[in-house]
Amino acid sequence: MKLTVWTYEGPPHVGAMRVATAMDGVHYVLHAPQGDTYADLVFTMIERLGKRPPVTYTTFQARDLGADTANLFKTATREACDRFRPDAIIVGASCTAELLQDDPGGLARTLGLPVPVIPLELPSYQRKENWGASETFYQLVRAMCQAEVAPPRADRAGRPVCNILGPTALGFRHRDDVAEVRGLLASLGIAVNVTAPQGARPTDLARLPEADFNVVLYPEIAAVAARWLERSFGQPFTRTVPIGVGATRDFIREVAALAGVDPTPALDDEHSRLPWYSRSVDSTYLTGKRVFVFGDATHAIAAARIAREELGFEVVGLGTYSREFAREVREAAGQLGLEALITDDYLEVEACIADLQPELVLGTQMERHIAKRFRIPCAVISAPVHVQDFPARRSPQMGWEGSNVIFDCWVHPLTMGLEEHLLTMFREDHEFHDAAGPSHLQSEQPRESKPAVAPVSDLAWSGEAETELAKVPFFVRGKARRNTERFARDRGLSVITLETLYDAKAHFGR
Amino acid sequence: MTAAAAIACRDAAPLAILRERGQREVFCGLTGIVWLHRRIQDAFFLVVGSRTCAHLLQSAAGVMIFAEPRFATAVMEQRDLAGLADTHDELERIVARLIERRPDIRLLFLVGSCPSEVIKLDLASAAARLSVRYAPQVRILAYSGSGIETTFTEGEDACLAALAAELPASEGASTRSLMVVGALADVVEDQLRRIFAELGIGPVHFLPPRRCADLPPVGSGTRLLLAQPFLNETTRVLEGRGARRLSAPYPLGADGTAAWLAAAARDFAVPAARFEAVIRPARERARRALLPHRDRLQGRRVFLFPDSQLEPPLARFLAGELGMRIVEIGTPYLNTRLLDAELPLLPAETLVSEGQDVDRQLDRCRAAAPDLVVCGLGLANPLEAEGFTTKWSIELVFTPIQGFEQAGDLAELFSRPLLRRARLEV
Ligand code: SF4
Ligand code: SF4
Repeated sequence: MKLTVWTYEGPPHVGAMRVATAMDGVHYVLHAPQGDTYADLVFTMIERLGKRPPVTYTTFQARDLGADTANLFKTATREACDRFRPDAIIVGASCTAELLQDDPGGLARTLGLPVPVIPLELPSYQRKENWGASETFYQLVRAMCQAEVAPPRADRAGRPVCNILGPTALGFRHRDDVAEVRGLLASLGIAVNVTAPQGARPTDLARLPEADFNVVLYPEIAAVAARWLERSFGQPFTRTVPIGVGATRDFIREVAALAGVDPTPALDDEHSRLPWYSRSVDSTYLTGKRVFVFGDATHAIAAARIAREELGFEVVGLGTYSREFAREVREAAGQLGLEALITDDYLEVEACIADLQPELVLGTQMERHIAKRFRIPCAVISAPVHVQDFPARRSPQMGWEGSNVIFDCWVHPLTMGLEEHLLTMFREDHEFHDAAGPSHLQSEQPRESKPAVAPVSDLAWSGEAETELAKVPFFVRGKARRNTERFARDRGLSVITLETLYDAKAHFGR
Repeated sequence: MTAAAAIACRDAAPLAILRERGQREVFCGLTGIVWLHRRIQDAFFLVVGSRTCAHLLQSAAGVMIFAEPRFATAVMEQRDLAGLADTHDELERIVARLIERRPDIRLLFLVGSCPSEVIKLDLASAAARLSVRYAPQVRILAYSGSGIETTFTEGEDACLAALAAELPASEGASTRSLMVVGALADVVEDQLRRIFAELGIGPVHFLPPRRCADLPPVGSGTRLLLAQPFLNETTRVLEGRGARRLSAPYPLGADGTAAWLAAAARDFAVPAARFEAVIRPARERARRALLPHRDRLQGRRVFLFPDSQLEPPLARFLAGELGMRIVEIGTPYLNTRLLDAELPLLPAETLVSEGQDVDRQLDRCRAAAPDLVVCGLGLANPLEAEGFTTKWSIELVFTPIQGFEQAGDLAELFSRPLLRRARLEV
């Protein structure tokens, strides 16, 4: 058993729902109790979808358990097929039904339905949402691509052709990323055969082998299917995810090489403002800001690179909840001289942030809660998603425009350059104290004047030192406290005096 | 004229009742934790369940959680199911970690879920064992909020039933006291306390209390006034301990609240003149607050999907005090005993559907083309996208709607979606 306050991922059947909901013509019959229907609201309320997810739940109850839950499943499947007339049906069990061992796949096969039935085995007590999405997409691709095809491998205009794989319902900015990546591909003269699962029908999946190669946007969801397509049809796939200026350049080169086209026009067409904004003098204050990065593997790795290479931050922590991609994140962390935090335990992430006292947290909606409590600025870089992650405006993370969005999103929560100095100079001004917070963020500033969770310390602070520390602006106070304590501990001091504080400042001065 | 008589009484013409079994689109009883954990301020809810349960709580609580939640899930994993780990040891380890992290906890609920029920994990005896270990600092109780046994608000019923069994026996069994049963917002409780005091009714207790140290006593002198219609099991436990339920409509609306108070006043022999004098100002105020909404809602047709079991009293309020026409009242369960004072107040021949087959119900709804649909979060936006005006029902459980001062707010919950639709020109 595992104590869980918040979860980064839902159960694997929610991943399957993300694939089914993204597609057209797929219906999912889920053997599950009534309460599991809550999952619909995640799509209708958070993503604001104007249609119900294409899911039929059997909603069995305790009184059905002794009797015949298997029959309930068969009836539900037959009725769903009649009512919704899908092109393909996927069937499976949620955590409770998994314990009943009714075998939805076997039951559905006995019904002789007029459409392909794809059974899903999603072990709820071992796996999670992204794995469920990945497995569902893979099973759908496998089932639909069975026929031998002689792929045309170029469109009518003679252009190279690719597929875009990975975008799902409820994805973090997937909607806008796809538009952005399509633009990049168009600028290289590459045609898109199929985008899947988002917007694809089962019959479109059958056409996947017709492309020259695959563009994998979200490896958490599409890498397994892409590897199978590579093995089965000799389609190579992209390894670079174009989040950030550097990664977008790399992506263009990688794609151009796969397609056999010249990358220069697309590279010359770089319309990101990030490089100039980062160089402009106002950004000097970003230098060396200590950031903590946590998210799914793809977004966390990308964020760490952008933070270091494109904004001049110092990454002090990097982690992910995507255990399936722990190796990749460990590698990325290793290159930064860090040890990756691989966990899906919210309390562990909270403890790590409390310990590191970063000046900026780049995390998920969960880290937003943590950062708010510690009064650390935060920007969201990854799922789990929130209604705010489906903004009305276009707001991609990928490509040139994605890098612009990222610059704004990350810099926006920070105290701006000159203001930082003024806060230090005039900290006695009664309207200019720390509780007032950055002027452009008035409304977002937490009300309480003290962090809800005070850092625990084995060291005693003298009254004088504590008062002086309070004069340090709040956004660097955590760091000052931490450095001073480290300094004291290294020297075997048990009490921190005013002297110690300034000695430490001199020692760590940057 | 008494307040009860102020509500026009329907002749005994029968309701049309439709019982359905099919796909339900409702929450499970775990959802009650979302409001109960804020109501009982020193309680913590530990769900023993799956990742799905944790995800449900998180999704249902959503943005509503600003402070650290006083609930968590002990997520069972493969090794718990395969018998590789002793689930009781695991539970003890988690409870120890929790109590260490939150020393302010005085009452811990172990909440059962579908998976824990299916593998027959005995949480009641685990709670009893752990209670001994942590007494007197923490009291540990168990109930089930599983979706195979409880629908949405029945989770609160199961929780309060567990609490009801723990209440101290009242001394001097014959001394009369009033117990208001069902979670209410603090502001509503305070208003009701003031009214009961002015009526001279007392002592008055509330279940659940704000702090578990204030568990009210129960005995044969206890009169139960239910604030919520879904408290079947809780009522049974309290009646088993000698308490007697006062039959009354539920305190929704000006007239509903007056009738609810009147039931207590009658039992406590409050003189009619005094009752009138005490409630008149607030009732008049509530009626005035309803007027603008009545203008907007009168004659409009409303369809209620099943959700919280509050649907019959809500429909009575919408029809009786706001002049709406009821197309269908869906309810997960039609508990005729606890609705004995409500059902006679519904318009004759009203269609009440019990249970659900959501796709058929949606067909009926589309065919009837009501002016307003009251439904859950999974259905609301899709119906809006089809052109219907909706009110999402979970708000009716999360918002203070009971009592005179909230009557206008309750009406506004229904009139605002219509007003909004009328305003928008895009
Ligand atoms: S229906 Fe059952 S399995 Fe689903 S969230 Fe509720 S208790 Fe958990
Ligand atoms: S800065 Fe604004 S857009 Fe960016 S993550 Fe925060 S709220 Fe969202």
